[in-house]
Amino acid sequence: MRSERCVQALNGGLHEAFERRDDVYLIGEDLLDPYGGAFKVSQGLSDRWPERVITTPISEASLFGVAAGMALRGYRPVLEIMFGDFIALGFDQIINGISKFREMYDDQVTLPLVVRTPMGGRRGYGPTHSQSLEKLLMGVPNIRVVAASEYHDLRAMTHAAIDDDEPVFLIENKLMYGRPNRRPENGYIDELSVREGSGTYPALTLSGNDFGEAAATIVTYGGMLPIAVEAATELILEHEVFCEIVVLGELLPLDLAPILESVGRTGALITAEEGTLTAGIGAEITAQVTEAAWGQLRRPVRRVAANDGVIPSAPNLENMMLPGAGEVRDAVLALDPAAV
Amino acid sequence: MTSDLARFYQQMYVIRRLEETLLEMFSAGEINGTTHTCIGQEATAAGVISHLDSERDVIFSNHRCHGHYVAFTDDVEGLIAEVTGRTTGTCGGKGGSQHLCRGNFYSNGIQGSIVPVATGIALAERERKSGAVTTVFIGDGTLGQGALYECLNMASLWRLPLMVVVENNHYAQSTPEELAVSGSISARAAAFGIPTAEITTTDVEEIHATAGSAVERIRATGEPFFMVLDTYRFSPHSKGDDTRDPAEIEARRASSDPIALIADRLDPELRADIEQAAERRVADAREAALAAPVAGAVQA
Repeated sequence: MRSERCVQALNGGLHEAFERRDDVYLIGEDLLDPYGGAFKVSQGLSDRWPERVITTPISEASLFGVAAGMALRGYRPVLEIMFGDFIALGFDQIINGISKFREMYDDQVTLPLVVRTPMGGRRGYGPTHSQSLEKLLMGVPNIRVVAASEYHDLRAMTHAAIDDDEPVFLIENKLMYGRPNRRPENGYIDELSVREGSGTYPALTLSGNDFGEAAATIVTYGGMLPIAVEAATELILEHEVFCEIVVLGELLPLDLAPILESVGRTGALITAEEGTLTAGIGAEITAQVTEAAWGQLRRPVRRVAANDGVIPSAPNLENMMLPGAGEVRDAVLALDPAAV
Repeated sequence: MTSDLARFYQQMYVIRRLEETLLEMFSAGEINGTTHTCIGQEATAAGVISHLDSERDVIFSNHRCHGHYVAFTDDVEGLIAEVTGRTTGTCGGKGGSQHLCRGNFYSNGIQGSIVPVATGIALAERERKSGAVTTVFIGDGTLGQGALYECLNMASLWRLPLMVVVENNHYAQSTPEELAVSGSISARAAAFGIPTAEITTTDVEEIHATAGSAVERIRATGEPFFMVLDTYRFSPHSKGDDTRDPAEIEARRASSDPIALIADRLDPELRADIEQAAERRVADAREAALAAPVAGAVQA
């Protein structure tokens, strides 16, 4: 079966959700057809449901609150934020409204809203249109941060986010949109065997040797997935080193079980993310794994991430700043895997 | 049947005594944290909210929300219990003075951040064809927040049944209006094509009349309205933080206390009954709150 592209899967999921529920609305900038959103994830929705697609002024600081108000009154708004960088404008609403209303009002209300937004660089968009800012959401209680990847069932993920009674930040990725949305066939994607975790936003664990002996667990998500796969493939072919890759579906609350399961087999943890290193997703994963499974770690944890700086526009400079397959490979080799 | 005037007096008197009691309770160490009272501003709550239906309409209020809350929900008991951190409080003690929710009433403590949420609520109510008017109360201090103007723009573009009420008490905490608000307040909304009204009185009957036309217009057209009400708080911003000239406060108290303004219009006997009932109700609510279980207490 030929896979649809990720952008088609996300778009298809939205169309299905609009068909299935009449309380779903889409809010955001430049949504109307024929434009259909800057990355075309929203294409065709306004033609079919003109009254449920609301194209807005450039007002992100308020749009998060508008979505919250709709959710408080029984709707399920999906807010499209054109570039993930723009969530910075919404942080008051995210922190002092969206994440607070249910608990501070003593569970008298729910906030079933979805914020969809693409993160990630490698397209030359420069410092303010390339960031991976999901790490900034990690310290916010009472929200979910869900990471789409090209191996996840993106239609199902869209449905789950819309049906969720908690606020969901669905983190997409710009490069992912144009790539095929691969799903395991008979437990495999290409040469990698795939185990799917449980839960609403399941993690995927990948192995190049059918979960035989492996030197390390690489925990990653979103746009770093193909880079981790490239690194793992090179490690097999060039160094005869096998790794497991855990591709998280849910970053917050952190889905720790599949990580611990894999680390229990490999004894070594590497985190790989595209956001900047300091206080990143890897830092949180590292803390939780060392608290829960210190005795199983046979090597120091290593974090692969972007340098703490801006993302330059020029391609060479951007590549130097963002983590690539080479950095992931080197982090594994630095564990001295032959000695493990 | 109770007249509008008697009802206004009753509401304003209860709100006044409730807040004076809260300040006493702070001084007595019976309350933790902070509170912002609207002593002197009660007429805006009573005059505007009397046009709203708590079963259908929605209010989003701010940090100075007690008057709005009581005028809309009549829940004196839940409010005192909330501010005293009791399990019987409106939000089980989690919200406290400025984070209330009951039925169609919401409040939150970030200046300006309530306007976007109210805009979303008005959008939802429009889509649902509920006929609800969504009212958001802001102050002159809120006029400094950019989100307000994003929302005036959207409310006008999308024709939302949203009423923005500016309670201009002339001070943002300690900062006088002259240092924070340029130009005309109502012209800011008019620039977005939103009809406005501005009155400079604390007479609840005049506020009631102006608000009545506004609410009627919103119900008839489904479109937003922006109302600027002149008011003055006799109490500090929160508890002891008042740097205003005491002579100015006294002058405003003498000229524009909304309760004193209408007291003479009521039959003295009715007025005494209202006052007595309010005193009793607030005292009972205080007693009930203090007797109620403390939120988060470790069970013996």
